[in-house]
Amino acid sequence: MSINGILWILIKTISVVAVFLIHVMFVQLFERKAIAHMQSRMGPMRVGWHGVLQPIADSIKLFFKEDIIPSSADKPIFFIAPIIGVIAAVSSLAVIPLWEGFSIANLNIGILYVLALSSVGAYAVILGGWASNSKYSFLGGLRSSAQVISYEISMGLSLVGVMMLAGSTNLSDIVSAQEGRWFVVPQILGFAIFFISALAETNRVPFDLPEAETELVSGFATEYSGMRWALFFMAEYAGMFVMSALAVICFFGGWSGPGFWIFASVPPVIWFLIKVYAFIFLYFWIRATLPRYRYDQLMRLGWKIFIPVALANIVLTGLVKILWK
Amino acid sequence: MTLPQLFFAYFATAMTTLSLLVVTRKNPVHSVMWMLVLFIHIAGLYLFLNAEFLAAIQIIVYAGAILVLFLFVIMMLNLRKEETVKKYQAQWPLGAGIGIILAVFLVSILGKITVLPALGKYSIEAIKSEGSMMTIGKVLYTEYLLPFEVASIVLLVAIIGAVVLAKKRIE
Repeated sequence: MSINGILWILIKTISVVAVFLIHVMFVQLFERKAIAHMQSRMGPMRVGWHGVLQPIADSIKLFFKEDIIPSSADKPIFFIAPIIGVIAAVSSLAVIPLWEGFSIANLNIGILYVLALSSVGAYAVILGGWASNSKYSFLGGLRSSAQVISYEISMGLSLVGVMMLAGSTNLSDIVSAQEGRWFVVPQILGFAIFFISALAETNRVPFDLPEAETELVSGFATEYSGMRWALFFMAEYAGMFVMSALAVICFFGGWSGPGFWIFASVPPVIWFLIKVYAFIFLYFWIRATLPRYRYDQLMRLGWKIFIPVALANIVLTGLVKILWK
Repeated sequence: MTLPQLFFAYFATAMTTLSLLVVTRKNPVHSVMWMLVLFIHIAGLYLFLNAEFLAAIQIIVYAGAILVLFLFVIMMLNLRKEETVKKYQAQWPLGAGIGIILAVFLVSILGKITVLPALGKYSIEAIKSEGSMMTIGKVLYTEYLLPFEVASIVLLVAIIGAVVLAKKRIE
């Protein structure tokens, strides 16, 4: 590979990550505003017009906060846990195609790469919970490890239908295979399972048991403060973005938009972002609406309902694909 | 050394060092962490051999599922006492001796290895043209269907056995 090629990859990587981190920063304002208005409040109003500069104020505050480390914590693991989370979430971006022909790495195993990184990201929560050496953190970590193992299976299985229809695990190929018909129509079952499993995988309400604040103070993140806590926070939101992007790519046609009238002149990346933000809004909407699951209910849902239904979906997709041929 | 040789040298040294770290750590959670790094290196080696499907499966299955289960069990057992117990039994010099003999034997045959040209229809070009995932799928579900099914049944038996053992006796 030439020097120019390496330089081009570096530029692509840095710009995608920088833009992504700005999105992650401002999405929390979006969340606070969305939930506030659903609850007839105004949300942040003080910093800037209607609180638009709130994320910057928050970041400065977190950055300068004292970094408290519990005296009995396992220091190396305590330090490294939030970093694992952020790295796993941000590296998933490498295979996400933002528009036709643009992704940092066009891997043949795109879906598997994202799934692999999301399973590595689970270590952040588990290790953070263990290393803090506190009851609440530890319980949060244990819950998270069981939850992530269970829902990873159903998430992987729910995407098999998409891989079968597209005949590929390359994310760009999956988007081009959806020309004229989004996979959400034949794969409605797979999509439902994927979306709910993604909620569990990113520890969002109603599956945010690892940090259940009514029982576990703040779960795995109880002992974390300042910048380290902010890294956990970033990892969660980055994971949300990646899961939404995966849902858009696998089920909602990725960057494609309606190709008529003025819509045809809108750049594809705008369509992609609109769809991703629609999903993120859905995450917030669910958070404002639903109560938290109980732990045994969570396990029952994962193992006794989602996994069998996802398997049935694979068999059904295979049958239809053979009979239609 | 060429670039691929340098890569391989890095992976080989790193993996050996990491394996030693796994068995010598006092804290079992630290051992698991080094094992995670080791598994990621194994996946890197697979990538280096152009087996990207195996690399992804290595991370998903070993790092993402099996190691998380290890960690789960170790955390549940809360092995604080293990840290003070002596790690090695009295026979360790015998084990080390056998290990050294094996190492000498392996090094002595290194020079006698001859690399054969690729045999059969699954040459590197054939695999590259349709992707390693497609090739593995085709081979697994046609040529090796019976062993594949047998392996599935063995796993199913293990699952049922575990459920039977874990289930409470109903009088």
